Order: sequence, then structure tokens, then C-alpha cells
Amino acid sequence: MVGSEQSYQPDIEYRFTLAEISRCCGVTDEEILLLVAEGVLNPCEPTGHEWQFDSGDLSRAMSALRLERDLGINPAGAALAIELLDEIQRLRDRVHLLEALVFQR
Amino acid sequence: MDYKDYYAVMGVARDATQDDIKRAYRKLARKFHPDVSKAADAEVRFKELGEAYEVLKDAEKRAAYDQLGRDWRAGQEFRPPPDWDAGVEYSGGGFNERGQAGYSDFFESLFGRAGGFQAGGFARAGQVRARGEDHHSKIDVSLEDAFNGATLSLQLRVPEYDAQGHLRERPRRLQVKIPRGVTSGKRIRLTGQGGAGHSGGPAGDLYLEVWLRPHPVYQVEGKDVFVNLPITPWEAALGGKVQVPTLGGRVDLNISAGARSGQRLRLKGRGLPVAGEPPGDQFAVLQIMTPPADSPEAKALYEKMASEMSFNPRAHLGG
Repeated sequence: MVGSEQSYQPDIEYRFTLAEISRCCGVTDEEILLLVAEGVLNPCEPTGHEWQFDSGDLSRAMSALRLERDLGINPAGAALAIELLDEIQRLRDRVHLLEALVFQR
Repeated sequence: MDYKDYYAVMGVARDATQDDIKRAYRKLARKFHPDVSKAADAEVRFKELGEAYEVLKDAEKRAAYDQLGRDWRAGQEFRPPPDWDAGVEYSGGGFNERGQAGYSDFFESLFGRAGGFQAGGFARAGQVRARGEDHHSKIDVSLEDAFNGATLSLQLRVPEYDAQGHLRERPRRLQVKIPRGVTSGKRIRLTGQGGAGHSGGPAGDLYLEVWLRPHPVYQVEGKDVFVNLPITPWEAALGGKVQVPTLGGRVDLNISAGARSGQRLRLKGRGLPVAGEPPGDQFAVLQIMTPPADSPEAKALYEKMASEMSFNPRAHLGG
């Protein structure tokens, strides 16, 4: 059946405008602006152009918005949660790496 | 279909107050939220919890649910009585704030299908021309494929409403070219491969979040690759040339005399490639292995070392 499957070339480096990332997340521009104000999202601003968000911003925005909705927290709370979750993930990865290097075999 | 005990899911008594229920929900939601919890079943638990809360937080739905009686057991085969919700009025709407996948058959048989579920929260409004929903999925990629690039055949489960209006998962196979140098957490995008557009609107996009599968030999941190490199005591003491596996093939590595366990030797640029950036490095972490004294000759060598070398690794411990 492999022959019948279509093959797709994905986009790797892509950017969103404010309107696009808002649409992607299903929220208004204002909700995205709140996350920018809290530093969850870091759009780059090429001179003379509008903000550009990257795929990392999309992941963080979706995560923050889910946390806001599901846990009843505000953007500042979501920002704190995201930072702490990132830090926990970094530490977990580090522990995992060190354990694998030290205790292997 | 199975009966669901929403009180048990939320861990509250049947006579719990609305405040108790809200508190229990918030507490469990923080625990099982898929963005917070790393537990494998977090998503399932969170969905169950959301469904239970959807019913118990709403006085009308809770009353209707309570009316089924308390003799049911979770998982028991369930069929709603024909006139089960007679006399209960629904104000309608107000379902779902989560925009996630659908509720269980049990829920839908009692309360109908919740509307407005589309990811991204777009209402499917009649004949309005609208863009299709974006779909998001995760894919596992082997480290070798991430390093070399590969065409992977994927099977995705696409949520879809069937003719009866139930949310179902349809399997979909597709081939995707995984670019060289993807790293964990990277979201690649297939334009126009998401949900179909409505009334002639464009299709949504499909986003695939890449996760690197754990590798038996290599550990990965960002774009750097680590490998545990066992060496002999004489290689450590005298130095020497050893071969190290890297994702791009074996390379020679010079170990200088006096190497220590845990020492990291860098192989510059031998990590994962990243578009538009210098590639990552590989680190060989030395581990000195002691040969077993499993023959009279080996034993004699160790005894000779013991008598002729004044080596005390515990000197700094005062021993």
C-alpha cells in the first residue's frame, strides 16, 4: 500500500503574523498580546515589518491558553507555570542524561 | 456502553456541594493537566475529569445524572432508560470550554453531542465559507532519521464527525519527509493537510510535533549528542587512540595520558545538524572499566600493582 500513499514535504522554518497565530490558537489578538506582555511569546520585529512568531511561540501559546482555560488562571499565572514547567523539563532531561552516562552498564 | 461514575472520577461524595466539586476539579485538573503531568495516562484522566466536571458542576445535568440512581457501578454495561430525562429541562449551550476531543458515548447518550468542539474553537456556522481546522499530532522519530533525514510512513488518527454526529477517529496513512536535523519539540507543518475547509474555504494545516525516540547508545540534549565511552585503565593512564561511534560513522579519538572517569571529550560538529546554525557537538564521556581478576595471571598483575604502586584514592578522605 506504500505506493498509494502521498508523500509530503513539511515546512520547517515558518513564521506567523499576529493574526495568523491568533487564528491558529482560536483566540483573539488581545489574548495573544497578553501573552507577549507576560513574555511567554517573543515575536521578532524586523524593522518596518509586523511581528513574526515562530513555531516555538505557537507551542507555548497553545500550552498557555490551555492552562488558562482549564485551570482558571490568568496570563501571568500561565507564564509562571510555563517557565516552571520548562525548568522542570530541563532538569528532568539533565537527570536522565547524567543517569544514563553514570549508571550505564 | 459503560456506566461512568462521575463522583468517583472526581473523588467526591454524592452529596458534595458545588464548592467541593469545583475545588476537587481544580486540584485534579492541576495534577492531570496534559501540559503539566508527564504520566502516560494524563490525557485520558484529564478528559474523564473534564467530562465528570461538565456534568457535576451544572445543576441541571447533575440532577439528571443523579436521577439514574446510585446502584450503577463504574464500567457496568449501561443503557439509558427510554424516558430517562423526562422532566429535566436543559438551558442548552454552555457545554465545553476545552475545545479538545469529544466526550464518552455514555455522556453523549445522556446529554447529546456537545457542539462547537473544533480545535481552535471555530464554530461550524451553516453555509459560511470557513477555513478548515488545524490538526496537531505528535510523531516519534529515531535519532538516526533525525540525523540523516528520512521519509517516514505515518499512521495518524484523525478525529472526525460521522453521519450520526459522533466524534470518531479515522486512521490516515501518509508519508512525510522528515528533514535532516529536526530536534525534540520541533513542530513541522504540512500546509493544507488539516481539516477540510467548509463551503469552499481552504483546508487547515497539519502540525506534527517531533519527539526523538530514546536511543540505546546515544543521549541527546538539544543538538548535542552524548555517548558513554568505556576505556581500559591503561588507555586512561598511558593515553591512546580509540574509536568512537558517532551518528555520522566511527571516528578516531585521542585520549591523552592521565584521563579520568567522567571526563568529557568533545567531537566538534558531530552532533545533530540544525538548519541555519552550527551543528551540535558530540561528547564522549569516559568511563574507566576495571578488568576482572578472573585468571591467575590477571590476579598476579593486580597483586603486583598493589605492591608496587603507592596509590591511595582515599587520601583526601584522610584514610
